[in-house]
Amino acid sequence: MTVFLHFDRDKCKGCELCVSVCPRHILALDMSGTNEKGYHPATVTDPSKCIACASCAKICPDSVISIEKE
Amino acid sequence: MTTVYRKTKGLQDRDLHYCPGCGHGIVHKLVAECMEELGLIDSAILVCPVGCSVFAGNYFACDCIEAIHGRAPAVATAIKRTHPDQLVVTYQGDGDLASIGAAEIVHAAMRGEKFTTVFINNAIYGMTGGQMAPTTLLGQRATTAPLGRKKELHGSPMRVCELLASQEGLAYAERVCVADIPHLNQAKKAIKKAFELQLAGVGFTFVEVLSACPTNWGMSPVEANKWLMENMAAYYPLGVIKEAQAK
Amino acid sequence: MAKELWKGNEAIAEAAVRAGCKCFFGYPITPQNEIPEYMSMRLPQVGGVFVQSESELAAINMVYGASASGVRAMTSSSSPGISLKQEGISALCSGELPGVVVNMMRGGPGLGTIQPSQCDYFQATRGGGNGDYRTIVLAPCDIQEAVDMTQEAFDLADLYRTPVMILGDGMIGQMMEPIEWHDIPKRELPPKDWAASGRKGRDHSNFVTSLRIDAQDCEDFNRALEAKYKTIAEKETRWAEKDAEGCDILLVAYGTPSRIALSAVEELEKKGIKAGLFRPKTVWPFPSKRLAEIAAEPSVKAILVVEMSLGQMLEDVQLAVQGAKPVRFYGRVGGMVPSVEEIAEEAEKVLQEVQ
Repeated sequence: MTVFLHFDRDKCKGCELCVSVCPRHILALDMSGTNEKGYHPATVTDPSKCIACASCAKICPDSVISIEKE
Repeated sequence: MTTVYRKTKGLQDRDLHYCPGCGHGIVHKLVAECMEELGLIDSAILVCPVGCSVFAGNYFACDCIEAIHGRAPAVATAIKRTHPDQLVVTYQGDGDLASIGAAEIVHAAMRGEKFTTVFINNAIYGMTGGQMAPTTLLGQRATTAPLGRKKELHGSPMRVCELLASQEGLAYAERVCVADIPHLNQAKKAIKKAFELQLAGVGFTFVEVLSACPTNWGMSPVEANKWLMENMAAYYPLGVIKEAQAK
Repeated sequence: MAKELWKGNEAIAEAAVRAGCKCFFGYPITPQNEIPEYMSMRLPQVGGVFVQSESELAAINMVYGASASGVRAMTSSSSPGISLKQEGISALCSGELPGVVVNMMRGGPGLGTIQPSQCDYFQATRGGGNGDYRTIVLAPCDIQEAVDMTQEAFDLADLYRTPVMILGDGMIGQMMEPIEWHDIPKRELPPKDWAASGRKGRDHSNFVTSLRIDAQDCEDFNRALEAKYKTIAEKETRWAEKDAEGCDILLVAYGTPSRIALSAVEELEKKGIKAGLFRPKTVWPFPSKRLAEIAAEPSVKAILVVEMSLGQMLEDVQLAVQGAKPVRFYGRVGGMVPSVEEIAEEAEKVLQEVQ
């Protein structure tokens, strides 16, 4: 199974709720830059470890994350 | 390729104005997802409050009506009575519902109005900048209780579910939270159940959601959810508060 | 059509039902209780909705909800209750929502008395709640007119998407008179495509709101309201006259005192005094233009305003007359009603003073 995590980068407010609920600990804020809102947006550090549980997407208040798998 | 999760069609494609980590965004999604999954976006009418969610009508995909502060249950009463076959929902915060709109919510429950209220309890006035709400916890600081809420001075926090449960017209009340994934899943189940009970015409249905206000609590969103579970959930018991048997 | 004997409050309620009012929300207060009582019996007969609300605040916000979802709605109250309804009347104006509000005025301020009064004129005609808005205010002088105006009020409210107030007093509400039911000419009304009644296939959602957080948006909206009010003033201003042209003294009164003033005009004419009556039927918009024309007539020596207040419409008369002629005032307050003799005597006194 391959999981595709898509982050709508400019919608993210960097609240880190997704990071806090990820059971695989593969999410983090991208400290290398800011989005158009001025936040360090969330990103995935190791997509290959994702199990598509959708916890991150469910808790995201701003509907930043969408998930597909094949 | 299969979709595991996508943004609900119950919300419009607009950025929310809420602060980072605000519970409103999460609850908006749950309400909208329930509308979508029950096929109700096209018929639902949502009544928005005054408070942080005053702009909710800009976000939901269903028809929305903005009520004056606290009056959403009165507005919804008229809508549901004149549109009995449609889903009617009020979405209200704690200042709106438990303070200025206390009479309206109690009487909607008393009359057993057949709409659903989703009540966001974040123990503070958010939009106006962190003043004390009826739901602010003892000892919790607010801009109008700078030394913390004191029982002798301000009384004890209001447990709205339990208050409304004393009314015969209230058919279903559950208190949930969205601080972690298991609780969030339960919150969605409760909202969906309330909608289904509403459409079955059982009576007034009420879901209280404990929700974080990181900005006015002065915490990071992750800290705020931890504080919520340790403090709010201790004072406001989670679970079904009342469920009347269908006749 | 045969005449029927009706009590004012009940006649107004029946007129609303005949005008297609589908729901009524109200709270008990004297002297208007027969309106909600009648509606509680009558509306279910025609498939309508009656709710006795927990307060006047709730009642007017129920009107807001019904109206925002596209349904004809009405509420009624009396002075202290109308004060509570101001929140919702302001919201109806801002949401551009129709709605019909009856005020059977009683003496104030505060709890005051339950006897008839006209002490809420300022509140009715100046907005009453927060914001720069007006309400169409129809002021019937008898039950026939109250019935006709109530029937028309719903069309006016729908046409201009604004609340309409029927401004009566305890006397109009409580007395009985013979009336005839008229078929009020129906106006061409635009569809309520703005209503939040469920999308039902519409490609966009409707959002009824009174919030415009951006200052420029809010100013633009206020300018749009201003333009609407100008149109209403041009098209909907109404009044009645009796021997006004060529009179020496012009009485100006509305509602119950206008009937008494009419008798006073007749008494004065019996004495050979040329008296006339000008009666606004809409107190907002106020018939300033016509009143100014009459005041400018060379024969008119003075104007006497008669009210059951300390002088509220008086200010609109003064604004209309612009100092062209002396404007005097006679008022009774606190639930007291002026007599024909009092008014006639005052008119004679005023005439002597100015001559």
